[in-house]
Amino acid sequence: MSIVLQAKGISKNFHDPITIQVLKDVSFEINRGEFVSVIGKSGCGKSTLLYILSTMDTDYEGDLFIDGVAMRNKKEGELALVRNEKIGFVFQFHYLLNEFSVLRNVMLPGLKLGKHTEQEVEHRAMEKLRVLGIDNEAHKMANQLSGGQKQRVAIARALINDPLIIMGDEPTGNLDKKNSQIVFDIFNELAHEFKQTLLIVTHDNEFAQSTDRIIEMEDGRIISM
Amino acid sequence: MNTKLIFTIAKSLLVARWRQTLVAAIGVTFSIAMFITLLGFMTGLNDLLDGLILNRTPHIKLYNELKANPNQPIDISDKFKNHYNFIHSVKPSGTRAEIYNYGAIIDALKNDKRVFGVAPKLVAQVFYNVGAIDVTGVINGIDVEAENKLFYFQDYVTAGKFIDLKNTPNSIILGKGLADKMLANIGDVVQVTTPKGDRIQLKVVGYFQSGLQDFDKTQSYSSLTTAQKLLGKPSNYVTDIQIKLTDMTLAPLVGQEYAKVFNLDAEDIQTANSQFETGSAVRSIISYAVGITLLVVAGFGIYNILNMMIYEKMDSIAILKATGFSGKDVNIIFISIALTIGFFGGLAGLISGFSLSVVIDNVPFNTAALPTIKTYPINYNPKFYVIGIIFSLITTYFAGLFPARKASKIDPVVIIRGKIK
Ligand SMILES: Nc1ncnc2c1ncn2[C@@H]1O[C@H](COP(=O)(O)OP(=O)(O)OP(=O)(O)O)[C@@H](O)[C@H]1O
Ligand SMILES: [Mg+2]
Repeated sequence: MSIVLQAKGISKNFHDPITIQVLKDVSFEINRGEFVSVIGKSGCGKSTLLYILSTMDTDYEGDLFIDGVAMRNKKEGELALVRNEKIGFVFQFHYLLNEFSVLRNVMLPGLKLGKHTEQEVEHRAMEKLRVLGIDNEAHKMANQLSGGQKQRVAIARALINDPLIIMGDEPTGNLDKKNSQIVFDIFNELAHEFKQTLLIVTHDNEFAQSTDRIIEMEDGRIISM
Repeated sequence: MNTKLIFTIAKSLLVARWRQTLVAAIGVTFSIAMFITLLGFMTGLNDLLDGLILNRTPHIKLYNELKANPNQPIDISDKFKNHYNFIHSVKPSGTRAEIYNYGAIIDALKNDKRVFGVAPKLVAQVFYNVGAIDVTGVINGIDVEAENKLFYFQDYVTAGKFIDLKNTPNSIILGKGLADKMLANIGDVVQVTTPKGDRIQLKVVGYFQSGLQDFDKTQSYSSLTTAQKLLGKPSNYVTDIQIKLTDMTLAPLVGQEYAKVFNLDAEDIQTANSQFETGSAVRSIISYAVGITLLVVAGFGIYNILNMMIYEKMDSIAILKATGFSGKDVNIIFISIALTIGFFGGLAGLISGFSLSVVIDNVPFNTAALPTIKTYPINYNPKFYVIGIIFSLITTYFAGLFPARKASKIDPVVIIRGKIK
């Protein structure tokens, strides 16, 4: 089994207004095809960790390997490429681009990667939307969708480049129970049917129990995994 | 790189804020239009005013200056060789206004590749007899065809035909001011007196208006032959040789060369009319200054709008970065937004500037001083249009530079966190 993501002794300090250590020597690995959830009390550093793992935050100590490659010393542009190619990110707030249609939103990271022609990317985007059951909405503008629909579009966008790993920071945190259930079902389906590697931060213990592995954090440390 | 994608994103952002974009673009359009119009008009005026003098001024004039012989006997004498010799009230003697060996000089000039054309002239001082009063003035004996070719003589002949000067013997074209003073109509015969006292009758075949009224009050033209006859001189008697060169800038150099070779005095156009170039330069500078000022103002407009756009689109920028667009991509997106505003605003500016120029070009402008001018002068030099569009691109580029940098430096983590809190 190959290791998709490896964190080695990651620590993070915030210096504003006083120096506080938010992450303390966090180390763990995620294997290909694993469905991992991260839980912990509010303020324990889950989001902070996820931003580091997703390469958006580069101000930390320790080492991060994605697909066996060290992320330290990579330039901003190279990290952007890693995010584009290997990481799909789903936020708590849907973060679609309102200037574009649903389909276009899903296509953008694929077009940026430029591995496929525009037609192929469009075709793939439709496919992803179909899997998520929102292909009917493909040509609407992003701001015409409901919250639950937007989050599914965001998942479709995260999937467009067949990423190594999908990360989610409380992706259901802003949704009602019904929509949360739909999103959880989608993650389960992705994990089990498509063997997609997933790392999801959640407050929903029930959902966490359904994943392969739970990483529990407290006060900037991993206390169980 | 995926230029096309970057452009689509830029376009979408533009369209989403089309009102503000339009306002920014109109700012550019306005300044470029003003720039084009102003430069076209100013240059048109420059050309006109320069033309007044420069068209009619030879690039080089060869003549004999009436002056004392620089080699006075005392300087040649061995006896006073080591002395400073002061000589007072030296009078010119034996100097002839006439150009000696005129035929040979003309031949030599015509074989010189730098020379565009040569026109001989005989300047004769005369008195025009108006009743009992004599008006001092000058008759320019000219080679009518050469004069017309080099100095657009016919443009200034406002009544009568210039060629009649050649075809009608003993004819004269009077300056309009002079004709008014003499109450002479076309077809009338006027009488002039030479300095030697000879009286001659000349038939008026036309008027000319040079645009310089003082000039028109004293000057008139006749054919070279008529002027020679007037002064009782042979047919090889001329006082000036006027030369136009293919390249005007060579005039001072070539003038000096001719002065030496032909042993004559030479006056070049640059020395004779230096004040005109200064005037032209000042007018150009004013036009550029106004145009650039307007553009800078428009640039601040673009700067503001881009800043606003970036502020509003923080989320979009964060999401682009989170999904794999680099800071450089974001930078290019906003620079291309700025350049798009600059390009289309500038293009519209060129078109409106051109239209405005055409309108001005058709506004009637009649002045007694400028007989050939019927409407306001406009210069449509493509150079202005090229400079205009380049200026608009440069200004908008600089206006976009800082906002784009700011956008590229946006930290997605800060934005995403900000939203959660
Ligand atoms: N920019 C910052 N400057 C200073 N402290 C910060 C900053 N961002 C986060 N923190 C602090 O770091 C700690 C961890 O924050 P983080 O957002 O990672 O928590 P979390 O586990 O995601 O919490 P939640 O479950 O509420 O989302 C918190 O105590 C927070 O106050
Ligand atoms: Mg959090």
